[in-house]
Amino acid sequence: MPKRTDISSILVIGAGPIIIGQACEFDYSGTQAIKALKEEGYRVILVNSNPATIMTDPEFADATYIEPITPEVVEKIIAKEKPDALLPTMGGQTALNCALKLFESGALERHGVQMIGADADAIDKAENRQRFREAMDKIGLESAVSGVANTVEQAFEVLERTGLPSIIRPSFTLGGTGGGIAYNKTEFERIVREGLDASPTTEVLIEESLLGWKEYEMEVVRDRKDNCIIICSIENVDPMGVHTGDSITVAPALTLTDKEYQIMRSASIAVLREIGVETGGSNVQFAVNPENGRLIVIEMNPRVSRSSALASKATGFPIARVAAKLAVGYTLDEITNEITGATPASFEPTIDYVVTKIPRFAFEKFKGAEPVLSTAMKSVGEVMAIGRSFPESLQKALRGLETGLDGLDPVEELEDASHDQILAAISRRTPSRLLGIGQAFRAGLPFETIRETTTYDPWFLRQIEAIVEAEKQVAENGLPRDAAELRKLKAMGFSDAQLARLAVQSVGAAPGAQAARSGLLHDAMQAMAGATSAEEVRKLRHKLGVLPVYKRIDSCAAEFEAVTPYMYSTYEAPAFGAPADESDPSDRRKIVILGGGPNRIGQGIEFDYCCVHACFALSEAGFETIMVNCNPETVSTDYDTSDRLYFEPLTAEDVLEILAREMVKGELVGVIVQFGGQTPLKLAQALEDEGIPILGTSPDAIDLAEDRERFAKLVNKLKLMQPDNGIAKSRDEAAAAARKIGYPVLLRPSYVLGGSAMQVVDSEAQLDDYIASAVKVSGESPVLVDQYLRDAIECDVDVLCDGTDIVVAGVMQHVEEAGVHSGDSACTLPPYSLSAEVVEEIERQSEALARELKVVGLMNAQFAVKEGEIYLIEVNPRASRTVPFVAKTIGQPIAKYAARIMAGEKLADLPPINRELDYVAVKEAVFPWGRFPGVDPVLSPEMKSTGEVMGLDRDFALAFAKAQLGAGMMLPRSGRAFVSVKDGDKPGIVDAVRGLVEDGFEIVATGGTHAYLADQGLPVTLVNKVAQGRPHIVDRIIDHEIDLILNTTEGWQSLRDSQSIRASALEHKVPYFTTASAGRAAVEAITALTSQPLEVRSLQSYYSGT
Amino acid sequence: MASAEITPAQPEGATGLLLLADGTALWGIGCGAEGSAVGEVCFNTSMTGYQEVMTDPSYAGQIVTFTFPHIGNVGANPEDIESKVESALGCIMREIPTGPSNFRSTLDLDTWLKDEGKIGLAGVDTRALTRLIRLNGAPNAVIAHSADGVFDLDALLQKAREWPGLEGMDLARRVSRKAHEGWRGGAWELGKGYGESAAEKPHVVAIDYGAKDNIFRQLVRAGARVTVVPAETSLEDVLAHEPDGVFLSNGPGDPAATGAYAVPVIAGLLERDVPIFGICLGHQLLGLAAGAKTAKMFQGHRGANHPVQRVGEGWGEATGLVEITSMNHGFAVDGDTLPANVEQTHVSLFDGTNCGIAIKGKRAFGVQYHPEASPGPQDSFYLFEKFVGMLGE
Repeated sequence: MPKRTDISSILVIGAGPIIIGQACEFDYSGTQAIKALKEEGYRVILVNSNPATIMTDPEFADATYIEPITPEVVEKIIAKEKPDALLPTMGGQTALNCALKLFESGALERHGVQMIGADADAIDKAENRQRFREAMDKIGLESAVSGVANTVEQAFEVLERTGLPSIIRPSFTLGGTGGGIAYNKTEFERIVREGLDASPTTEVLIEESLLGWKEYEMEVVRDRKDNCIIICSIENVDPMGVHTGDSITVAPALTLTDKEYQIMRSASIAVLREIGVETGGSNVQFAVNPENGRLIVIEMNPRVSRSSALASKATGFPIARVAAKLAVGYTLDEITNEITGATPASFEPTIDYVVTKIPRFAFEKFKGAEPVLSTAMKSVGEVMAIGRSFPESLQKALRGLETGLDGLDPVEELEDASHDQILAAISRRTPSRLLGIGQAFRAGLPFETIRETTTYDPWFLRQIEAIVEAEKQVAENGLPRDAAELRKLKAMGFSDAQLARLAVQSVGAAPGAQAARSGLLHDAMQAMAGATSAEEVRKLRHKLGVLPVYKRIDSCAAEFEAVTPYMYSTYEAPAFGAPADESDPSDRRKIVILGGGPNRIGQGIEFDYCCVHACFALSEAGFETIMVNCNPETVSTDYDTSDRLYFEPLTAEDVLEILAREMVKGELVGVIVQFGGQTPLKLAQALEDEGIPILGTSPDAIDLAEDRERFAKLVNKLKLMQPDNGIAKSRDEAAAAARKIGYPVLLRPSYVLGGSAMQVVDSEAQLDDYIASAVKVSGESPVLVDQYLRDAIECDVDVLCDGTDIVVAGVMQHVEEAGVHSGDSACTLPPYSLSAEVVEEIERQSEALARELKVVGLMNAQFAVKEGEIYLIEVNPRASRTVPFVAKTIGQPIAKYAARIMAGEKLADLPPINRELDYVAVKEAVFPWGRFPGVDPVLSPEMKSTGEVMGLDRDFALAFAKAQLGAGMMLPRSGRAFVSVKDGDKPGIVDAVRGLVEDGFEIVATGGTHAYLADQGLPVTLVNKVAQGRPHIVDRIIDHEIDLILNTTEGWQSLRDSQSIRASALEHKVPYFTTASAGRAAVEAITALTSQPLEVRSLQSYYSGT
Repeated sequence: MASAEITPAQPEGATGLLLLADGTALWGIGCGAEGSAVGEVCFNTSMTGYQEVMTDPSYAGQIVTFTFPHIGNVGANPEDIESKVESALGCIMREIPTGPSNFRSTLDLDTWLKDEGKIGLAGVDTRALTRLIRLNGAPNAVIAHSADGVFDLDALLQKAREWPGLEGMDLARRVSRKAHEGWRGGAWELGKGYGESAAEKPHVVAIDYGAKDNIFRQLVRAGARVTVVPAETSLEDVLAHEPDGVFLSNGPGDPAATGAYAVPVIAGLLERDVPIFGICLGHQLLGLAAGAKTAKMFQGHRGANHPVQRVGEGWGEATGLVEITSMNHGFAVDGDTLPANVEQTHVSLFDGTNCGIAIKGKRAFGVQYHPEASPGPQDSFYLFEKFVGMLGE
């Protein structure tokens, strides 16, 4: 069937900011979809509030709206652009929900827009628990015993049928927010209440527990002629009870007979047909009883998803691209499988390797959150690894996680633990359970006991046992000296670092003991163990010819030739001569771009954006681009982003092997390590040591910027000011430094990204508390002590430099004061309240820094402005988190420019940077508070945001309003505002409160603030603090009597006292601001919103000034 | 000495071997039965169903390379077997078979292979072997397993070299049932196992050229009574069963060779307007009987992910639909040789080869692939219903 000609323009809704449960996989799918639709000649209109996405680059869609994804705003875009169709299946739950609301409000009908891909009824049928269940009954598929409840009373009625434990799932929430497993009635009631609150339809589903059952996902694609294919089956290694996003998963399913698999296959196709997903990709989840194979349908998503991104990367089949083509009328047989170039998309990929996905968590960022996994997703990123066997795949994934593991490493806390302690540890569903199982085998616990405790499938347990058994051989006998035996270990995924550690153990050295690098002792150890370091293992391997080979991901298990160089490494036995390698390096001039690995807080999509831009720019400039990354969610790991893609962990070992292979032919111009965040930077030294050229700014300059002493010298040389600071290698040194600098001080460990374990302390007592709880202080890991510039204004500057010429791409003013992590604070471009002189001076200082550091590429600097003085906070001569925001604001691809500079071009060769803007851009951070109940939702020097949105408008107030709206903060236009601010903020908040009064708000305040505002002649009502007796402010928040909260605190006590206010505001979705500056900005935004309707405008229109 | 021509030499610890006729050796770990067997090496890309594959008589004379690296995960059970006659000689795997994990498993794969007299070879780069087959075609080879690692390489090489190859080889006669028998047993259901035969009419006589049992179960499921007869049953003996329709089964070997005795029988049935349904070898024989030619394919089609499109007039609205099919064939009907009275009804979307025919003006059709699945997708069960449905007409 040819493509549809009755539609010519299509609106695509993106997923908005990166949040837990909805990450950059939707940039990957949306970008594919837009490219696919453009190829077919459609006019594409995109709305997405997330500036860090590739899809919002202005060259992708015809009209790109970086606007909040709310039904009201999207309707305005529809009214303006008059699209013929709306594709709602590419932007996750955000897009589906928005499309459904637009349908229900009649907006789509009003504007003559039809939904393609999935219609409103199919979406509702899939999402509405009751309708879904009825649909499953109709086609004879079993669902878990369950019932829907809209009240707690109804919930208890359902409980009589399901029994305990039972699973509670709120309807229409992301990643199961608000759901959980209840083991007793009290817990049941609490989770039901939370779920009802979290559900936009005040509805929860209560289900019988299937804990311990096997869990599977099927990725299905259907076309309008009813052709259905399975792209991939995914098996969860973690049995039922852990959200699939938080589970370790493998592809394909490994423990099903064909009969069981085919039942699941046919069932998943029947589900799509019954739900009525007309075209596109969906996933269907199943639980299987390991005792008898009984199959239960859990749920389905009528859209592309996190798992469809994983399935695409796992098989090479681009689900989103194909789904977009199907949505406009093609059938599967009319679409080519681009991996083979010769076969159609109407087939089922078959693979000849094992894919393992492991989620990455950020519990350490959220004090008070228990690291326990349940049905609500909590992971912030994931790593995928590919190997020819499960052990190889698993161990590659573990080292790719970048959590300090070299593979299936021992669990330090459990090393001397009793069997009971180990069993207790692995009986809990925690992120480290898999490692705990390894430890259980190491400790000699019986197989059956481990199986009963974890309910892991025995097949996986046996594989883990085999890894532990192999490791024991090395730990006892040292490294094997012959190629075949060493290759066997490498084929089980052991890294060189892991093997070195085990080999050292074999000579009786304590585990973890650092072997001397040289000398007699070292030589003796090396002789006995085989090797004492990762480098020595590598040398031994190379001597013995034990090298990885690269195989292609071809979607067909080698039945056809793959034309796409998408590769992974494995250790193979020789066949027909040497082990068979398929990498076939070219003779071109090549540049390798190292990606950022799994997403984490502080290192996310912004860095992937930069890597993708490097690929695009350098391919355009005629280089062969080679991408190395292991994050399945990203655009960088799409097979057509770079010329060649290696899906590999970002460790020195893995990267050096790739480089060695690529250097067999052609010319390696260099490696880009500055775009992927800390991950590739950490490899720079190892690459340099091997003589690999690093492009751009020298790793030495990067090190200089991170080394306190060298940095201080630089600051002095350039006559810049730095907050007073010191470095401490012990508690006493820290206390002395703090006394010298004067409290408050900012404490942090050296070498951090995302402000890990940063804290402002006001007193020596707090300092002691920090040293005792947050960090390990030693000579190896010192603590940095900085003067804390309270109430200073912070700025971010991004600079392009070619070594001689320098241009400032953007100076951003933070909305929140210094002390809030730069990644967590809102910021504006251009600055909204700094004087021109100050901005100029900041630019001058930035340029001086770039020149001095001999930056080639990008540099980011952060400054604090206090009482007219400019302090340099830090400099990072590499791509920063703000690069995509700056690029989107000024309309120039600065990451591409930086890549070209790094490859040898000069700034003079590039288009001039134009920063004359007649509009304002505001970036706002988005937080996962709702995922971590019990964590105080307050901003601090420790980064906690998962993503960001951008608001664009003609002035700051409107842009800020849009940014808030995009971040999910619904600013009220009338009602009652609660104001309680610390003394220092009182004068600064008066005008804002007056503004609220003028906008018609009623003001309530606690004691001090009440008195102050009343003195200023403002009408204000007194309300009790929590400690002052009831009814107090929290009671009023719970009763929905408060519509806006401005609450700032000073010192720990005050912070603790006000925690319940923030917690209840969060729970009841009351907008709240915890800094005075953000409060003021919010009031400006509210005033702007009450006086005029929001207007929408495309990026292309902003840039062209039309 | 011939062993000098064998490269590479046997590494320490090797207990298994695939020795190609050109002297190339793939060494690994032997498992399953000890001994040696000669045949053609093919590859199968299915990720599930190794037990069904290993018991499919169509693999007689063949050594199966599994492209999926982990084989044996679900062990072996008495249900998932497709025949009790000669079938695949052995299999080649990337990983040593793992311990079984499945509620239906009664044995581990290693033991089951041993019990069935099939030779296993593990620890081999099966992808490299698959690519070799893709590039050079399916080689003749010997698979051998010796627990103590002792092999008579000269003898093995001679065996590989002397084996004449599948072309021209009639294997159907060897694997066919020897007696006429009434088939009992319907389709498999989770928790219930195999169903019962119920119907008395219509009556299908199935000619067994090396049939997979699931074909008969699917005929029963579609409502037929099935009588299975040997490959060489004469036309008179087939007709003596008073069939409402005749089914031509799958099987191994060269259709041209088997056709020598099968084609006249089929032509006679066509003449008498007996409804016919053929699968795989049965489809090829039907093609030969109708006047088409068959040819050996370069690498063959073996797997569970092969797209087949319905073409021609006969399918009404469903024309153009794609079925994901299970395939196992190294020979095919040459689509260019179809006489005017034969319509092409299905084609492979991978390479355009013929996958289905219907004889115009007759109730006779065949498909190259395996609608009975087992292993593989169940998209094509409709063909059994179509066949049984036309028997009452």
